[in-house]
Amino acid sequence: MPKLPDTEGHFGPFGGRYVSETLMPALAELERAYNRLRREPRFRRDLRGLQQSYAGRPTPLYYAERLTRSLGGARIYLKREDLCHTGAHKINNTLGQILLARRMGKSRIIAETGAGQHGVATATVAALFGLKCEVYMGSEDIRRQALNVFRMKLLGAEVHPVESGSCTLKDALNEALRDWITNVQDTFYIIGSVTGPHPYPMIVRDFQTIIGLETRRQARHALGRRPDYLVACVGGGSNAIGLFHPFLKDRDVRMIGVEAAGRGMQSGAHAAPLAAGSVGVLHGQKTYLLQTESGQISIAHSISAGLDYPGVGPEHSYLRDSGRVQYETADDEEAVRALRALAELEGIIPALESSHAVAAAMRLAPTLPRRKVIVVNLSGRGDKDMETVADYLGISVRPS
Amino acid sequence: MSGRSIAETFAELRSAGRAGFIPFIMAGDPNLDASLSLMQAAAEAGADLIEVGVPFSDPMADGPALQRSAQRALEAGTTLTGVLGMVARFRETSSVPVILFGYANPFLSYGAEALARDARASGANGVLCVDIPPEEADDLQPACAAAGLDMIFLLTPTSDRRRIAQVRARAHGFIYYVSITGTTGAGAPETADIAAMVAKVRAATDLPIGVGFGITTPTHAAEIACIADAVVVGSAVMRIVEEHSGPDLLPSVGDFFTRMATAVHDARL
Repeated sequence: MPKLPDTEGHFGPFGGRYVSETLMPALAELERAYNRLRREPRFRRDLRGLQQSYAGRPTPLYYAERLTRSLGGARIYLKREDLCHTGAHKINNTLGQILLARRMGKSRIIAETGAGQHGVATATVAALFGLKCEVYMGSEDIRRQALNVFRMKLLGAEVHPVESGSCTLKDALNEALRDWITNVQDTFYIIGSVTGPHPYPMIVRDFQTIIGLETRRQARHALGRRPDYLVACVGGGSNAIGLFHPFLKDRDVRMIGVEAAGRGMQSGAHAAPLAAGSVGVLHGQKTYLLQTESGQISIAHSISAGLDYPGVGPEHSYLRDSGRVQYETADDEEAVRALRALAELEGIIPALESSHAVAAAMRLAPTLPRRKVIVVNLSGRGDKDMETVADYLGISVRPS
Repeated sequence: MSGRSIAETFAELRSAGRAGFIPFIMAGDPNLDASLSLMQAAAEAGADLIEVGVPFSDPMADGPALQRSAQRALEAGTTLTGVLGMVARFRETSSVPVILFGYANPFLSYGAEALARDARASGANGVLCVDIPPEEADDLQPACAAAGLDMIFLLTPTSDRRRIAQVRARAHGFIYYVSITGTTGAGAPETADIAAMVAKVRAATDLPIGVGFGITTPTHAAEIACIADAVVVGSAVMRIVEEHSGPDLLPSVGDFFTRMATAVHDARL
């Protein structure tokens, strides 16, 4: 397998750097700085130290015994990224990028956020280093994720509501890019997923591969071998790439990325560009997208704000076409059912995003013998989603 | 009518010793018929080239005025096919060169070769794609060149010598210099800063230089006309379109075109 991306940021035909000329020098500067620092002992030591003492790594690989028994088939293990500081895997990346920003001498941090997890993880590390932080968030997502908005504000970040387009993650990305175009001299843009122009998909992937590296070590320790299946949800795809990437060369490890089927693939209201999209250019990258016949971007739908994105990281597009990773979907209902099952059987409430991966694993496990092992990336915890889930189930959680 | 080429247009401007006026018109805002009338009004007012905006749902390099304008155009059902039809109708009565100005996805979704062929057949003279830098132009630029279209590239205040060389190697027609570090329609740029950068770009290329982004008044346009080969005005046009409707629209925009064209053309007198 060739080393990807290539020097211009392409994963086969995907990826690249489709941005306005204003940003080209900034992307080149970021790439140079990253290539220098990634090998530097001090940078690696600083990052490792924060991952351990601040983010709480390594996260456990947990055998979900009651869930496994209830399904009767392959054994299901959970990679507990939900136990990371701030409640999701996003902190792995923001810690890395804030260290980059500091070393590059940038004084202002911006970010986009969908569910708010990346926004919180960015506001957190900005607070940790005393840097000014501004987060762009679609007004629809602000409504759905009010608690995360409040968390970001407590952490000292300014949250800008984005009222354009569908008022969700894609529009927040547009607005963050516009901010960066305007303030590129002093501003570092912390992108939250393996999306955007090169070198972001590579940088975010590299910072997230700690998930897969730990999983390898923990599986060797617990099982004496590699897992048979890896399952992770895919919105932009950072938690999935983080888990998959260290195993790509192991042909005996099968990988399943799970996109959001929203109200069902037939309904058209979904967020599954790998399953039902076509190749196009958005947010600086060539990748699979949800789009109309005339090349306008379609609005995605998912109960989970973090998967509600009409594109996907370019490396996933490459892994899809190469056949190395299999991509499936789970709809809103399956996700909520999986969330409830995990809550009732394991005492773990997963984020709605991660619930899509749990749902796919619950479909898969009964079809396999008990000797097989499935690792699910439990990328985040579900506290932020309680209102959404209650709403979905028709339950009022507020005293009337 | 056959269109004048972009090169011929700049050659004429150069020998006349004046700068060119390039208005931007978002195709389909409020509808394609109105946009065609605005193009004709621009030609009558003395526009030397016309930039026709192809609306996109996610215009990441545009400020609020052009975002709203694209939104209105898309709500009116505008497609690239429709835009090319409008350019063809414009070409029936005018020889003013036309540049299609848009984003990668609608262009590449149409197909690079199909776009180049159909754009040329409609009478367009050039293509400018905001989010296709020279590095990513391997599909579109050769297709444009083969069809006889100029692919125009941008330079910005952040462009260093290396970027200028990279853009120069691929650019045709003219260099579009983005006068500010920002999105379209953002604050007015300092003329002195632009002059310094234009001089730097001139030292590297013989191509004419058009300057745009943030130029809204005749006075400012005239200042730019003294240092650049052409002045591009976009957001200011579409703000007038936004504020006027019905019978008011054409005279209001036409009057603005005339004032801007006069300011640019007379600036060096």
